[in-house]
Amino acid sequence: MADQVTQNQYVVTPPKEPLVSPKHDLTSVTERISSIVFTRTPKGWIGGFVFFFAITMILLVSVTWLFIKGVGIWGINTTVGWGFAIINFVWWIGIGHAGTLISAILLLLNQEWRNAINRLAEAMTLFAVVQAGMFPILHLGRPWLFYWLFPYPNTMGMWPQFRSALMWDVFAVSTYGTVSLIFWYTGLIPDLATMRDRAKHRISKVLYGIFALGWRGSARHWNNYQKAYLLLAGLSTPLVVSVHSVVSLDFAQSLLPGWHTTIFPPYFVAGAIFAGFAMVLTIAIPLRSFYHLEDVITMRHIDAMAKFTLLTGLVVNYGYLTEAFTAWYSGETYEQFFIYNRIVGPYWWAFASLMLCNVLAPQALWFRKIRYNLPALFVVMMFVNVGMWLERFVIVVTSLHRDFLPSSWAMYAGTVWDWLTFIGTIGFFMTLMFLFIRVLPAIPMSEVKELIAEEKETTEMTA
Amino acid sequence: MAQVFHRSANAFARASIFGVVFALAVIAGVAYVMVRSNYATRIDFTPAQPVPFSHAHHVGGDGIDCRYCHTSVETSSFAGIPPTKTCMNCHSQIWTNSPLLAPVRESYETGKPIEWKRVYDLPEFVYFNHSIHIAKGIGCSTCHGRVDKMQLTYKVTPLNMGWCLDCHANPAKYVRPKSEVFNMEWTPPANQLELGHELVKRYGIQSKTSCSVCHR
Repeated sequence: MADQVTQNQYVVTPPKEPLVSPKHDLTSVTERISSIVFTRTPKGWIGGFVFFFAITMILLVSVTWLFIKGVGIWGINTTVGWGFAIINFVWWIGIGHAGTLISAILLLLNQEWRNAINRLAEAMTLFAVVQAGMFPILHLGRPWLFYWLFPYPNTMGMWPQFRSALMWDVFAVSTYGTVSLIFWYTGLIPDLATMRDRAKHRISKVLYGIFALGWRGSARHWNNYQKAYLLLAGLSTPLVVSVHSVVSLDFAQSLLPGWHTTIFPPYFVAGAIFAGFAMVLTIAIPLRSFYHLEDVITMRHIDAMAKFTLLTGLVVNYGYLTEAFTAWYSGETYEQFFIYNRIVGPYWWAFASLMLCNVLAPQALWFRKIRYNLPALFVVMMFVNVGMWLERFVIVVTSLHRDFLPSSWAMYAGTVWDWLTFIGTIGFFMTLMFLFIRVLPAIPMSEVKELIAEEKETTEMTA
Repeated sequence: MAQVFHRSANAFARASIFGVVFALAVIAGVAYVMVRSNYATRIDFTPAQPVPFSHAHHVGGDGIDCRYCHTSVETSSFAGIPPTKTCMNCHSQIWTNSPLLAPVRESYETGKPIEWKRVYDLPEFVYFNHSIHIAKGIGCSTCHGRVDKMQLTYKVTPLNMGWCLDCHANPAKYVRPKSEVFNMEWTPPANQLELGHELVKRYGIQSKTSCSVCHR
């Protein structure tokens, strides 16, 4: 054992910036994080919540109108049957994926910088899945029959078609939502117990107490907890890869030029993580400065996330190149035309903005100066958020609007209801986010405390 | 520090686990009532008719053949409800003053059809054809029950798609000799499956379950 320690010392990398400010100990970090919930509601929070809640109402109005009038209020037509609903669906579900990457995959890889941000990322996943999960139902012409997509014994003697990727979507998204919820809740239990013990009011004590399920933090609790958490992480990892692959098969399973591409599954997953990290940063940067969380969400976290965004961004860029190369290499007229049509067709502006947002803008992340400059980083992330939406727009619309038969070529534009529904889901997402930050510890206290304890151990060992 | 929860909370916590089972049972029960129960499938549904027409009297008592009134059942997709004229074939001579038959006489005088209430009502996206079932040896009583014993006509089968497909997937269970189609008293013999398979072969019955058979 002693040998090993000395051996390891040769491979120890130069000390990195600590993940928690060294001035924190176990008590102060709990104080710091739980105070976000236990202090009086800040004015900024109220303002933000009211704003986004109002936008959520726009969603309700547009959904109500949709149910009254039908999907014809959207800009879709017989050529472009999939429009904003699918674009937004893929966009939202993609955003969720970084959350699972941070919470599950980075846990398996023993990346300690995940500890401070995983709660936020998982909440983001969950709320993004809520938004995404609405679209497959909303975009049905007869949304009230959505339950026919589930395999259940019915009086019709009918079962869903298990060969359609849209069917797999049902399983993928519902499993993803459920597992994400369980994973997030499992992670919350020790923190809920802390909240229960620190709460002043009887009602909040009882509420946190009910959800903490009698967590006492015993050695046996922790042993089981760690195993369960690791197992869930192991389960979520293939899940996160398969869910967005299934979503990509909605397209790749078809015969359409621009859709029938075998690179879609890994390319969509990379895109999802790219979009997801951009959204985590979009939320984390303002949150960090509003609640002064600089000592737990350090620049090292931000830097690592930015690097991940760059990495997955490069995979996405590789996807663009491959698509274009294979189209040319296939020698297929239709394949070559779809690339040509993307670049110089009527939607050239979407493709050009996509290149600007997803290819050019993320290259700034190569530079440490940008990664450490929060306003600049925020701007780059906004480019990515928009870019990933445009990517889905380009994939869905430009492939559909001009395909095999020139007599069925058409144009597509989102109507005001398309836009309002989309904006509404952003409002709903942010509303849930605001509620989450207000009532639950946005940063996992137990896991940050783990970091502090480990830090202490290593300093004692090297001393 | 005072305890947050009283000891009794343990009992609640345990009970809540069974509460999930209970909730699932309630959901299953509600689903059954809303979808599969006789209430949902309207089995025993007996609407009040403008004239209290009794099949028990006309078929069971008088021994009139089904096809006397439902004339088109062998040739058309629709079995047909007899026009007032059919009623008046007899009732211009018998029970001419019965108050029960007043709507029939009125209909005959004014030419306004009697508004019978439909008991077996399929949705319009189902294209059911009576004649093919008659031609392939499916008897009236298999689907409509012992109509010859009904004072007022009521629904005896659920008419949901699973019920249709049950027979279409395995017609041998229900098919009978063509000569017995209009025999209300026919009951499946002990060797129904054996006989059924032979009839299926003889009548060339194809087990048709594709969408376009009914949903055109």
